Amino acid sequence: KGFGKASFSSVSPKVCIVGSGPAGFYTAQHLIKARQDAEVDIYEQLPVPFGLVRFGVAPDHPEVKNVINTFTQTAKHSRCSFYGNVTVGKDVSVEELRQAYHAVVLSYGAHGNRSLGVPGEDLAGVYSAKDFVGWYNGVPSCRELSPDLSCETAVILGQGNVALDVARILLSPLDILKKTDITQSALEALAKSRVSRVLIVGRRGPTQVACTIKELREMVNLPDTRPEMVAADFEGVADAIKDLPRPRKRLTELMVKTALEIPVEKEQERRDKASRIWGFRFFRSPVEILADPNHRRTAGIRLAVNRLEGSGERARAVLTGEVEDVRCGLIISSIGYKSLPIDPSVPFDSHKAIVPNTMGRVHQAAGLYCSGWLKTGPTGVIVTTMNNSFDTARSLVEDMVSGSLNVSSAKPGSQIITALLEKRGVKPVTFSDWEKIDSVEIRRGEVNGKPREKMLTVEEMLQVART
Amino acid sequence: AGTRTLRSDKVTINFINRDGEKITVKGSPGDSLLDVVINEDLDFDGFGACEGTLACSTCHLIFDEEVYKKLGRVTDEELDMLDLAYGLTETSRLGCQVCLTKSLEGIVARVPESVTDIRQSKDESA
Ligand SMILES: Cc1cc2nc3c(=O)[nH]c(=O)nc-3n(C[C@H](O)[C@H](O)[C@H](O)COP(=O)(O)OP(=O)(O)OC[C@H]3O[C@@H](n4cnc5c(N)ncnc54)[C@H](O)[C@@H]3O)c2cc1C
Ligand code: FES
Repeated sequence: KGFGKASFSSVSPKVCIVGSGPAGFYTAQHLIKARQDAEVDIYEQLPVPFGLVRFGVAPDHPEVKNVINTFTQTAKHSRCSFYGNVTVGKDVSVEELRQAYHAVVLSYGAHGNRSLGVPGEDLAGVYSAKDFVGWYNGVPSCRELSPDLSCETAVILGQGNVALDVARILLSPLDILKKTDITQSALEALAKSRVSRVLIVGRRGPTQVACTIKELREMVNLPDTRPEMVAADFEGVADAIKDLPRPRKRLTELMVKTALEIPVEKEQERRDKASRIWGFRFFRSPVEILADPNHRRTAGIRLAVNRLEGSGERARAVLTGEVEDVRCGLIISSIGYKSLPIDPSVPFDSHKAIVPNTMGRVHQAAGLYCSGWLKTGPTGVIVTTMNNSFDTARSLVEDMVSGSLNVSSAKPGSQIITALLEKRGVKPVTFSDWEKIDSVEIRRGEVNGKPREKMLTVEEMLQVART
Repeated sequence: AGTRTLRSDKVTINFINRDGEKITVKGSPGDSLLDVVINEDLDFDGFGACEGTLACSTCHLIFDEEVYKKLGRVTDEELDMLDLAYGLTETSRLGCQVCLTKSLEGIVARVPESVTDIRQSKDESA
């Protein structure tokens, strides 16, 4: 009796996870729960955990960051260990990890940037949303960005949730922001900002926007701002609404209401008093960033006017040949994040910018798995990432049970990796080291009435971790 | 608050988990269904990720139509989050927004499966 039950083996399966964002933590959580014998080590390139929950999610969305409490429970589990300050692909190779562990799960997210590919992209005043978000959220490599906010009009290219996050941060009353964990330097720059009008530009129409309704409603309700839309963009939209699936329908209804309906008296009063403006601009693609006469900074953007072919989610934007220039001093391109390969030994689909996989099993690489944005591409909210990470963990557990993943012989796990790292002069940061950083940040935040004041350099994080 | 909750004041809830198993527990009037899940230590993977702050949709529950009608008003903000839930139905609610009352005695709340393939992600693909 009991034969064929993998859990009867005395060897504990050792799994290594690369990246400590939601994907890494949700994969770990499921593995630890589903296999009472599994040991899970998480390697993270920064000294601090949680990926985009710390460095992406907007500072005025503290509720979203509650997932950190569950991640912390996982990290403190006796069968889970955190090794921060270890860059996989540089400090240790994926091949070395595969030797040391029964399985390796790649969950390192999407840290590259899609470029616009239009002339003038390198002018001063043009930023990627990724860098801009990194700047206000304290990503160490974005500390020096110091975006120029001295112009009145800003143009954001892209209409997803990240675009709306950026718009909201640019337009939010300071009183709101100063109670968040936004970096002090961003807060000071925003206090001096002269940006009072933000245009959010998309290639397609109102029924194709990529944002979700929660984020749109936040814009609609943002104090001291009023919407400014182009009524003509909504031609025919009202008729199409009834056939849309519920989420798209409610989103479109809110947009149409905001753009076309005459507001009730109280709302009209609010809008009249508002000092800042936001608006969607539809059917426009960037053609060229226009420079000022000295060819140093951006002075505007040339947009091609599109029309739609087809309808619904699949509609395609087709150029009409017409162009339109918009004057602006700040351009933020929010057309998406992109995963990058970190190790030449790992299969990578450079067209889709993901690791090719089936249900999280990396193709042609036994024992190698992936989860999160690296697996699916950079779309979806944390819940999406959670579900696809649980799926990957399920695949891994299935493979252990079926025997297609051999866990019968003992593996050295972190023992050999930490020895390698020591030889290479890399000192990992443990989870309790992170908790020191955490408590110092929280203490510094209290002084300013903020939930935390983030450390902005890796050096400082390491220094505090080692005290 | 302050008054002692008698045994008979408790409300019985039947959850159906993702594997289709029925789990019967009791909760106090005023508690949300998320509170009940936490207090009773029910193990629904990933349930209640944002801890009841209307920021995640992981507490999605599905009800029978008659029960749904008894659950009370739904705010726009709850509907906004529900729109992101997988397997959304006309009788879906977020567990953290539904509070127990005596009239909900014996109701059934189904935890939907997390459907892998038909999911539509719609963040920033513009
Ligand atoms: C600006 C922005 C705002 C968002 N806001 C929300 C929101 O409000 N609500 C919501 O639900 N979702 C939001 N999301 C989506 C959410 O952040 C993602 O779904 C989720 O973070 C993806 O998780 P991940 O683990 O795949 O990637 P990540 O969170 O990026 O985690 C990857 C981790 O891997 C590490 N890493 C990278 N390379 C290496 C390496 N070579 N070695 C070791 N470690 C490495 C990184 O440092 C990082 O910690 C937002 C996303 C962005 C970009
Ligand atoms: S627990 Fe997140 S919305 Fe209910």
